[in-house]
Amino acid sequence: MADKATIVVQSGDFDKLYSALIIANGALAMGMDASMFFTFWGLQRLKKGQLEKGQLSKMHFLGLGKWMVQRRMKKANVVSLEQMLTDFVELGGKLMACDMTMEIMGIRKEDLREDLISDYCAVGSYIQEARESSITLFI
Amino acid sequence: MAEIKVDCVGQNCPVPLVETRKALRKAAAGDIVEVTGTHPSSKKEIPMAARAMGLEVLDVAQEGDRWRIRIKR
Repeated sequence: MADKATIVVQSGDFDKLYSALIIANGALAMGMDASMFFTFWGLQRLKKGQLEKGQLSKMHFLGLGKWMVQRRMKKANVVSLEQMLTDFVELGGKLMACDMTMEIMGIRKEDLREDLISDYCAVGSYIQEARESSITLFI
Repeated sequence: MAEIKVDCVGQNCPVPLVETRKALRKAAAGDIVEVTGTHPSSKKEIPMAARAMGLEVLDVAQEGDRWRIRIKR
């Protein structure tokens, strides 16, 4: 089994995207390879200008909860999702976009962060990554 | 042989770990990467990561709330 982590990002929630990117960057930092497969609500976050726009999965309270969490995060000097996404790519992480989600939701390549995405693909590519990974997660 | 300094004072998870990895990637074999920071878990986890990559941890020191880790690439 290769030293690799593969994460499916199905949720577009703000907090879950934090979990996914922290784990993915942690894997790269610990010397592993890492791939992230963005599908469904997760793929929405890879649209231009949408990365930080997700709701909280709990206690969103029409944005008030998120506002409070973001304030606490700023105080604790937590890095932005944007910084983590660029770090992920800089450290050799692979970003994959689900092409069926693109079709269903009418998302064109030019709507997405093309500069960061390395592959537009389907379940076969995900399985190919996952079968050689010692860590696989669905978030 | 160069000595590369990485300042992660005040940074939170996962920045110290990620910045260490970035520096190690840029370093040449034999270079020394010195990371300073305050995030408690990173003091444990940066040496963990270095050893997992087969690198030598030269020193881990603590002064007040600051730690300093030296790794040989």
